[in-house]
Amino acid sequence: MASSIAIIDYGMGNLRSVAKALEYVAPDARVRVTQHRHDILQADRVVFPGQGSIRDCLHELRRWNLVDVVREAALSKPFLGLCLGPQALLDFSEENGGMECLGVLPGRVVWFGELRDPATGERLKVPHMGWNQVHQLHQHPLWRGIPQDSRFYFVHSYYLQPADPTLAVGSTAYGFDFTSAIARHNIFAVQFHPEKSAQAGLRLLANFAEWNP
Amino acid sequence: MGLAKRIIPCLDVDRGRVVKGVKFVEIRDAGDPVEIARRYDQQGADELTFLDITASSDDRATMVHVVEQVASQVFIPLTVGGGIRTLDDVRRMLNAGADKVSINTAAIAQPEFVREAAERFGNQCIVVAIDAKAVHQQGETPRWEIFTHGGRRPTGIDAVAWAQRMNAYGAGEILLTSMDRDGTKRGFDLDLTRAISEAVSIPVIASGGVGTLDHLADGILLGKADAVLAASIFHFAEYSIEQAKRYLQTRGIEVRL
Repeated sequence: MASSIAIIDYGMGNLRSVAKALEYVAPDARVRVTQHRHDILQADRVVFPGQGSIRDCLHELRRWNLVDVVREAALSKPFLGLCLGPQALLDFSEENGGMECLGVLPGRVVWFGELRDPATGERLKVPHMGWNQVHQLHQHPLWRGIPQDSRFYFVHSYYLQPADPTLAVGSTAYGFDFTSAIARHNIFAVQFHPEKSAQAGLRLLANFAEWNP
Repeated sequence: MGLAKRIIPCLDVDRGRVVKGVKFVEIRDAGDPVEIARRYDQQGADELTFLDITASSDDRATMVHVVEQVASQVFIPLTVGGGIRTLDDVRRMLNAGADKVSINTAAIAQPEFVREAAERFGNQCIVVAIDAKAVHQQGETPRWEIFTHGGRRPTGIDAVAWAQRMNAYGAGEILLTSMDRDGTKRGFDLDLTRAISEAVSIPVIASGGVGTLDHLADGILLGKADAVLAASIFHFAEYSIEQAKRYLQTRGIEVRL
C-alpha cells in the first residue's frame, strides 16, 4: 500500500504549498492536510508545519486538541517539522513575551535582535528573509543528494537554540552561525521552507517521503 | 557567505494572462502565467511577484486560479498584489498558494488593515507596496511622497515616515517603486531606495526603472536594497535571470546560483 503523509492543519498558515510539493515529489503517496487526530495517528509520516506567532500556534494546537497527537507522532514515526514547527517542539520561546512550548526536544527559541554583519559591520534586516546556505553538520538520510551548503528559503525572526548541540544537523550564517536544522531519531525539523526552496527543498521532501528511521 | 540578494521578476496579469506591463500599452502580447513562471524558476528566479492589473473586479477570481496553477508547479515564494483590500482577499490568495500578498492602496486608505492582516496571517506574508515620487526642488533636502493611481494622485504622505509606520504596523517587507523611474529604464531612484532601506528594519525590494544589469547591482550596492524587482528586462529576454545573477556576482554581490 502507498505510504500516507499527514500534514497537520491547525489553522496556522497556508499548507497548500507543502501538500503540493509533497504530491509533486511523491506522486504515489497519499498526502492529506488534516486536523483529525485519527488521520494523524494513522498516517505513516507526519509533517508539522507552522507560520505566524508561537502564541497563536500553541493556542490553536490546544484548541484543536492536537498537543498529545503531535507529541505521540514525534515519538513514533517519521516526523518533519517546518519553520515554526521546530520552534514549537523545543521547551521555550522568547516570542510573545516568553512561551512554554511542547518540550519534545530540549532547547530554546531566541530572537535575532539587533544584528550586524561581522565582516562589513552593516546592519542586518530582521526577519531573516530569503535564500541562505545550510551547512550540513552531520550526514543524515534527509540530506541525501543535496550538495553541501545548498541554499534554502528562510523567513523568520527567531532561531533555534537546542540545549543538546548534537541535535543540530544544519547551521546557517546570519550575523553568526545559528542552528537551522535539528534531528533526533525519527524527528527532522528545519527552520527554512523546503516547499519553497526549489530543487534542494524538493529533494529534502522526497527524502522524507522515503525515510525509514 | 550568507544571505543572498534576491532577484524577483514581476509579472503583470490581466484577466489571467501575463501582459508586458501597464506602461507598455502598445506591446501587450499575452503569455501563459504558468509557463512564464516555470521558465523564470528554471532560470533561478528567487521569488515571483504577480501583479493583478485586471480592471474589473468580476475577473478577480481568475487571479486565484492563476495562483493555484502556479503554486502547484513552481516551488519558490510567490507574492500577489493588486486589489488586496480585505482580510478575505488576503486569505483567498494565501489559500490559493501565495506566500505573501502585497498591499498598496488599501494600506493608505486604511492603515489599520496592515496591522490586522499581519496579526492574523503573520508579518512574513504581508508586503506593503509603496509608490513614491520625489517632491523636492533641486538643491533642497530630498523628500519623497506617496502617490496613488499609477503615480497620478498625490497623498501628501512622506514616503520614509510611511515606510517606518508600516514597519511598526507589522509589514514583513517593503516593495518600493519609484514612480519617477518606473518604465524609464534609467535605473532605480537610489537615494529613495537607500533612504527607505536605512529607515526600516525589514527587507526592502527596489523596483522601478531597471534597464541594465548595472542598475540591479546599483540598487543593491548603493540603494542598499535586499532584493531587486524587474519586469521588462526579463520579459523581453534582454537578459535571463541567470545572466543577471552571474553579473551581480562579478560586482561582489552574493546571489543564489
